[in-house]
Amino acid sequence: MKQLMLGNKAFARGLYEAGCMVVSSYPGTPSTEVTEEAAKYDEIYCEWAPNEKVAMEVAFGASLAGRRSFCGMKHVGLNVAADPLYTASYTGVRGGMIICVADDPGMHSSQNEQDSRHHAIASKVPMLEPADSAEACAFAKLAYELSEQYDTPVIIKMCTRVAHSQSVVDTAERIVPEPIPYEKNPAKYIMAPANAIKKHPQVEERMRKLAEYADNCPFNRVEMGDTKLGIITSSTCYQYVKEVFGDSACVLKLGMVNPLPRNLILDFAAKVDKLVIIEELDPIIENHCKQLGLSVSGKDILPMEGEFSQNLIAEKLGVAVPAYQTLDEQMPGRPPVMCAGCPHRGLFYTLSQNKCTVLGDIGCYTLGSAQPLNAIDMVLCMGASVSSIHGFNKATAGQCEGKTVAVIGDSTFVHSGMTGLANIAYNQSNSTVIILDNSITGMTGHQQNPTTGYNIKGDPAGKIDLEALCRAMGINRVTVVDPYNLAECDRVLKEELSVHEPSVIISRRPCVLLKYVKTAPPLKVDCEKCIGCKSCMRLGCPAISVKDKKAVIDTTLCVGCGVCSQLCKFGALQQG
Amino acid sequence: MTKNIMIVGVGGQGSLLASKLLGHLLLKEGYDVKVSEVHGMSQRGGSVVTYVRFGDKVYSPVIDKGQADFIVSFEKLEAARYLEYLKEGGRIVVNTQQIDPMPVITGAAVYPEDVIARMEQLGVAVDAMDCLSLAEQAGSAKAVNIVLMGRLSKYFAEIPLEKWQTAIEECVPPKFLELNQKAFLLGRDEQ
Repeated sequence: MKQLMLGNKAFARGLYEAGCMVVSSYPGTPSTEVTEEAAKYDEIYCEWAPNEKVAMEVAFGASLAGRRSFCGMKHVGLNVAADPLYTASYTGVRGGMIICVADDPGMHSSQNEQDSRHHAIASKVPMLEPADSAEACAFAKLAYELSEQYDTPVIIKMCTRVAHSQSVVDTAERIVPEPIPYEKNPAKYIMAPANAIKKHPQVEERMRKLAEYADNCPFNRVEMGDTKLGIITSSTCYQYVKEVFGDSACVLKLGMVNPLPRNLILDFAAKVDKLVIIEELDPIIENHCKQLGLSVSGKDILPMEGEFSQNLIAEKLGVAVPAYQTLDEQMPGRPPVMCAGCPHRGLFYTLSQNKCTVLGDIGCYTLGSAQPLNAIDMVLCMGASVSSIHGFNKATAGQCEGKTVAVIGDSTFVHSGMTGLANIAYNQSNSTVIILDNSITGMTGHQQNPTTGYNIKGDPAGKIDLEALCRAMGINRVTVVDPYNLAECDRVLKEELSVHEPSVIISRRPCVLLKYVKTAPPLKVDCEKCIGCKSCMRLGCPAISVKDKKAVIDTTLCVGCGVCSQLCKFGALQQG
Repeated sequence: MTKNIMIVGVGGQGSLLASKLLGHLLLKEGYDVKVSEVHGMSQRGGSVVTYVRFGDKVYSPVIDKGQADFIVSFEKLEAARYLEYLKEGGRIVVNTQQIDPMPVITGAAVYPEDVIARMEQLGVAVDAMDCLSLAEQAGSAKAVNIVLMGRLSKYFAEIPLEKWQTAIEECVPPKFLELNQKAFLLGRDEQ
């Protein structure tokens, strides 16, 4: 049946149709929906793992047991999972194993713009790259065959525009292959030096065979047109190229981007007058062509950074682009903001008032860095807040301890903050770590995690007790605060900053967008009492503005959290 | 010939349902369709864009500058922000609601004045109306998205009203069906 499907949903459909049995992932935009959609099929066991490394190892275990498995993650997640990846390349698989990595050119929702193809090359694992939803579904199915035939995990690389675009998919029935029985095979699965030394040449041989396969495989295709111009491209760039040139240029569309074909490219190059490589981010296809001795154009005319589009490609290749009009004025930006009633706001306000140096982490709460709260000094990667504060405090020999904190969300803490806290407890720095426990993985759209007590299907599950966990690690001072209570937050923060031992503050209140959270009626402004001092504006709440020197509450946004009323000395903001 | 509809607004305004409705309807009409949206960070009250493209064969999932046949805007500043995406001879359908972005709320920037009149002065076809009032009249402020779809439907003579109404039936939970059908007609018939 023909359906309009999100690229990620189509990917999940491909997993389902190919008989995938086990899915384990950590959410990350733009990869999250592959796993969420897979979880809608009862035939597949699906879970959220605490991080990408765990997810990949779960998928590896399922493959070892002879079943088709999957793990999904965003580009930076593959860095976390790089350790199992590079050695699973040596062991190979038993049941087929697919890894989805979703890159984010243009950084719509990411901290860097890394090109995941480097991981495929370095780990010597084949990588496929679909260009739309139909290919996402088809490639997932073919990838299992490739994985089992060549005894290797297969990476399928998505990008924002493929993952989050809907296009037409023709679905089919699910076919589950015969289970492969588990078989003990130490030479294949125990990667101690004696075995790994024998495995490495086999990996090199596999890549040689795959490179030959790439010359004539269902993933790569040539579309001939006017031979004046030949373009080699892949993924969403293929769509932009077709948008600009239609059938008027020759196109070699690569669906398999590691290993890259040799003869296919040389044959294609021989047929065209001029060869241009169009790829987002790094010049990987381009460098391959240059190694083949071809004279090509690529990053000499196209940028290394950001997303491409049809106009960008047209401009760079000398094709006219449409005219357009604009108003002669710079429009004010509309950056994302913490939601009205966000439990993080009260805590960040407290940190801001106390002029703390705040080492931040990855999640919705990164928005605490925005004006007017301006409450974060550093954001690097998942878990870095907790590890970095230890280094920061050790380096400054006690001078910064009383005013520096780390902030990290509940999901991020379990992902990779726990190990940093172990270091604080073990190597003893007087660091204060604040866990922003909003009882959900917020930024990626409300995924459950090991601290919420529910699994991916919303059924009751194991629940990590954060207080007990921190104490068990050797943190003696663990305090829970309600971030809606500013006085309490201030008192506890000052107390914990003043002590000379490691401490953890858990700022606990569920995300206001969770369905089970009951909100209060919008606040009302008593205009008699409001003097227009703008104290309430210091929170950066999108529901509050000041018009004609009086505070105004947007009743469609306000959830009555009452944090602003705690800032009003005149009692002008009242519960509705 | 590919037609391009851009839906712009503020994160949380319900543009996802609008693009779902369009995608569903246009696929049933026999077109090749692509819908592209961005999830994640930008959804938190930020400026959001959805691209809907349809025709015999659609390649790119995105719409570029000077290519949109229609810009459907949930908010007037957002219409002005994305004006450069409008094709020559294209049309803007806009909700006249003003939602101040954070830089305006904090006083770091000023909300631009008379954007609709200024776009019209450039010769742009602008169909502006107070969709929020119409949505409230239909029964919920959240129905702004369907009011706008009702308005947009006026410009698709080739797709009869019943097809739109069936598509709404198939995309909206039964509980909210009556409200949305009413909102659709209010948008379509508003003078």
